[in-house]
Amino acid sequence: MRLSARIEQSAPIPLAADLDCESGELLALVGPSGSGKSTILRCLAGLHRPAGGHVRCGEETWFDATRGIDLPPQRRRVGFVFQHYALFPHLTALANVMLALTDLPADQRAARARDWLARANLEGFDHRRPGELSGGQQQRVALARALAREPRVLLLDEPFSAVDRVTRRKLLNQLIDLRRSLAIPIILVTHDLEEASLLADQMTVLHRGRTLQTATPEEMLARPASALVARLTDQTNLFVGKVTHQSRASDTTVIDWLGHSLVATHHADFAPGETVCWVIPEAGVVLVREHQSERENTLSAKVNERLAWRGHATVTASVGKQGEASLTFAIGASVAGRRCIVPGAIVLLQLQKSAIRLLPADPAIGAPAALDRVDSWYPRPLPGEQAAPRPLAAPQPGRSSE
Amino acid sequence: MDWQALALSLHLASATALLLLPLALWLARLLAWSSMRGRSVLEALILLPLVLPPTVLGYYLLLGFGSSSLLGQIYHVLSGRSLVFSFDGLLAASLIFNLPFAVQPMQRAFAAIPCEIREAAWVSGLSRWQTFLRIELPLAWPGVAAALALCFAHTLGEFGVVLMVGGSLPGETKTIAIAIYDQAQAFNDSAAANMSAFLLGLSFVAVVLVSRLGRGRTGR
Repeated sequence: MRLSARIEQSAPIPLAADLDCESGELLALVGPSGSGKSTILRCLAGLHRPAGGHVRCGEETWFDATRGIDLPPQRRRVGFVFQHYALFPHLTALANVMLALTDLPADQRAARARDWLARANLEGFDHRRPGELSGGQQQRVALARALAREPRVLLLDEPFSAVDRVTRRKLLNQLIDLRRSLAIPIILVTHDLEEASLLADQMTVLHRGRTLQTATPEEMLARPASALVARLTDQTNLFVGKVTHQSRASDTTVIDWLGHSLVATHHADFAPGETVCWVIPEAGVVLVREHQSERENTLSAKVNERLAWRGHATVTASVGKQGEASLTFAIGASVAGRRCIVPGAIVLLQLQKSAIRLLPADPAIGAPAALDRVDSWYPRPLPGEQAAPRPLAAPQPGRSSE
Repeated sequence: MDWQALALSLHLASATALLLLPLALWLARLLAWSSMRGRSVLEALILLPLVLPPTVLGYYLLLGFGSSSLLGQIYHVLSGRSLVFSFDGLLAASLIFNLPFAVQPMQRAFAAIPCEIREAAWVSGLSRWQTFLRIELPLAWPGVAAALALCFAHTLGEFGVVLMVGGSLPGETKTIAIAIYDQAQAFNDSAAANMSAFLLGLSFVAVVLVSRLGRGRTGR
């Protein structure tokens, strides 16, 4: 069974989104607040009617604007876990789940509901009302209620946002286990990229109601479709540079960045002289030793900040004569300690050629004044924007396109 | 104690609360959740009896129910009875002047139910009617009960509109509030005092009930 949808509307929130999710697959919808993630989920469930498009699940058409089909939520058979769970506060946990089993004969409902609560590790909580349950327990009742109906699609609207970090980790593990046993499409709305990366087979990035890119989390990180996607997926190493040299034969594209010539794999779409955005995942920035300074794409940087957490250290180091840009990379906390990676230290960093991804220059990214309007999700200014007003080094003679 | 007036008042109050229940439930849900055009006008119309002097409201109802009015004539053709100076007219007037007392607490109670709760019921497979009976009504019940208690107590005590529309016909339109007035005018102080004390007690019980139900709702 496959869920496919095209959602279109111009008001109240503009939407132009395409979604596809196969059985057993988890698709994460990520994007900043107000990008329409939850509205899309409501459209799928039949709780909001878009102006145009379609929603199809397997052979069934739930919504088709051109054919005038719009099944009510009761007939779509979706399991929906709301952001704040939306448990019925006057009913016990058992009664909450039983209400989703009205298709069953009355004498079978209690046993089936108990079974679902047991699967959610909630034995002994049958007769507690939602107000007597912890956030994590409420979330599990909501999940049991959503699954009790044996839905064709499971929709999760930021299900972990209302619980503390420790509970969230436990619930995430439970959901990872659970999804292995569910042969239905699962759509997860989240603004937490770590959550999306842990759970999702596919990720769709939304911005202002539009789907910008759908890919696996790894692909999204390594090959964002645009600078905006890179920014929305919290890629910290996103900069502006200028193409200086192209060579299909040697599989290289050379860019000038803050006076450094960086070699990337060949990106045929950009001409020499063209301004581009470029991005490199944190894993593509490697700490090297002094005797390795002649390696390709190696530059020195001054450590600004080291944040250590659970054996990992995230280091930010400034590059350029005036420290115009900051590169972020991750190393083991013990390595950071052994090699004295502390604020003020000078380090050598190699930017791996294969990890550098060139992207079309984005007017919104290139214009600093417009930046905050474009995205309030990650309002941090781009390092490349600081460098942008400064004239980039002119292409060197003899380094032209082949 | 004028038992006939008391019985008439209790009859009127019960009938008002009972007849207003479905109408107020419908209006309260509409106002709590709908974003229809003209909502504020409808709300203002419902609230109008709260701010109008009872004699003004009574005067307009007298005009609207009178034998020369369209409504009065239609009612006369259908029932052979007059709307003014009759129990039927009194009941119709009572429904109108109690509308804000019935709708307001219910509207607040329904508005306090998060939209997601109703939507969760729909995606769980419950029809709109099942959602109303099994989710909305139990959650809004304190507000609904408070509204009924308010209507009942307010009908027992209403004077101005009753006098204007119904007059003081024993067994037909003479309510306990009118009876108290009549006894006080006739210097029958003990009868007026007894009936006043009874109304005072009843009103106090209603207010306590409304307050307790209100606390129950916020404490949920």
